[in-house]
Amino acid sequence: MNKRKLKEKLAYLFLELMVLIILFSIGLMFYFIISRGIRIINWEFLTQMPRKAMTAGGIFPAILGTFYLTISTICFALPLGISAAIYLTEYATQNRLIRIVRVSINNLAGVPSVVFGLFGLAIFVKFLHFGVSILSGSLTLGVLILPIIIQTSEEALSAVPKSFREASLALGATKWQTIQKIVLPNSFSGILTGSIISIGRATGETAPILFTAVTFYTMRLPNSIFSEVMALPYHIYALMTEGTHPESQVPIAYGTALVLVFLVLGLNLIAIIWRNRFRRSKKW
Amino acid sequence: MKCKQHLTEKIIKNIFFLSSLTSIFFLLGISFILFKEGLPLFREIDLKSFLWGKSWYPTYNPPEFGLLPLILGTLWVTLGALIIAVPLGVSAAIYISELATPKIKDYLKLAIEMLTSIPSVIYGFLGIVVLGPWLQNLLNLSIGLCSLTASLLLALMAIPTIASISEEALFSVPKDYKEASYALGATKWETIAQVTVPAAFSGISTAVLLGMGRVIGETMTVLMVAGGAAIIPHSFLQPVRTITATIALEMGETVVGSNHYYALFAIACVLFIISLTLNLSADYFLNKFRRISR
Repeated sequence: MNKRKLKEKLAYLFLELMVLIILFSIGLMFYFIISRGIRIINWEFLTQMPRKAMTAGGIFPAILGTFYLTISTICFALPLGISAAIYLTEYATQNRLIRIVRVSINNLAGVPSVVFGLFGLAIFVKFLHFGVSILSGSLTLGVLILPIIIQTSEEALSAVPKSFREASLALGATKWQTIQKIVLPNSFSGILTGSIISIGRATGETAPILFTAVTFYTMRLPNSIFSEVMALPYHIYALMTEGTHPESQVPIAYGTALVLVFLVLGLNLIAIIWRNRFRRSKKW
Repeated sequence: MKCKQHLTEKIIKNIFFLSSLTSIFFLLGISFILFKEGLPLFREIDLKSFLWGKSWYPTYNPPEFGLLPLILGTLWVTLGALIIAVPLGVSAAIYISELATPKIKDYLKLAIEMLTSIPSVIYGFLGIVVLGPWLQNLLNLSIGLCSLTASLLLALMAIPTIASISEEALFSVPKDYKEASYALGATKWETIAQVTVPAAFSGISTAVLLGMGRVIGETMTVLMVAGGAAIIPHSFLQPVRTITATIALEMGETVVGSNHYYALFAIACVLFIISLTLNLSADYFLNKFRRISR
């Protein structure tokens, strides 16, 4: 009997150790990014152009570029993703076509991000002649986050109880009226949470925009959706792999990393807090 | 009036229907583009020397496009990452679903969720400035950026996928199973090890396959920390080059329509097929698990 208890204790100890290793790694990552990044961040760093071939100055164009890319990605992917989710939860019946749609969504979510980059390069940059631009990059990112938006929106829509819909239909409302007045308002928080999470994903991706949107260094700020841009994630990569002054580039990269992590985690935290509040206040 | 309303309803339904078809369209579009731009390579290079070629020297004269070092590099880094991530991820899942109190459970899930949201370029960056130099000192290596460094970071990225899906699988094991085991006098640990985990096995397999998919497709981290040498790997302390890193590194320098350009799309086809296979098998295991747990 004692031996069995001992075995149990050892097993629990092992599990706890594994969890601690994970937590320790997470802590270490944040420690390095925050403690090193905070030293360089000030108002000038956030609002000025880079100077002296990226060895001094700020990262303003990269922040602006990431902002533009993210906004245009949302404009493209959000309406498309939410409409698709509405069809799948509200209209679709179980048939072969719908099964194929679902399999496609799952598989699209698993396609490596660099493959999206190649797709964007061949279709948007070359075939449609959008060039290396905000437009090409955000369309590519849009295709990448589409499955995430569909999956999370679908979850939110199907969480609305069936009786709500039935009550509306019984009052003589049409299907679209029911969706518009009953289903969407009641699933709004869930859809918003999913959208924010997918926006965070789009903000941090590098590989898809590598050949479709970004440039290491440009003196001009983007003036249309056909401009190429600097972007935060690519800026970190470029600072670490190009240029000849690592001693002054690494601190800038730390600062950029902190800004990027702050943005992405901030978005995710907002989404998570929103989700928890929504779950608590749910009336059904 | 009624007729007009009916028409609006119909139009709206069709708009939604078309939006739902875009995923099929994009997936087919991606496969079409990859094959269309990849297949012209085989006009000049035969399939066998591509698949079994032992060297990747795209800019030599004559160039060599051998897949073997790249695919072995990819599998090598993935293997390393899974060796680290599977025990950590599955243990975390067991701890969260079976042992943790509800409050600790929430915090742990939140912490692990944070790992997913960190962009991959940040992992790569920390690999270059922190982990690489540290490993170099610790193990007395000539270079800190090698396949071990990449595997360690990729493991961290795979842990959230493995942990969350395994946790779901463990959670959905019916309570009766555990109660039956307790009734037979088994301890809590004996129940976990001999009843709960085996019952959730298909679900855990799904988790591992999806984690593997995440690692194989990862680009920026391996591009930055794996060392970049396109050689057939023999040890975890050697630099390696993966398929994803090769595409990201070389696509910017190729001329559209050159053999090198076609070759990069051809290796992307291979990558695409691998990740499609992983996803479909994960799907298969998941359905099997659902059928059993019902």
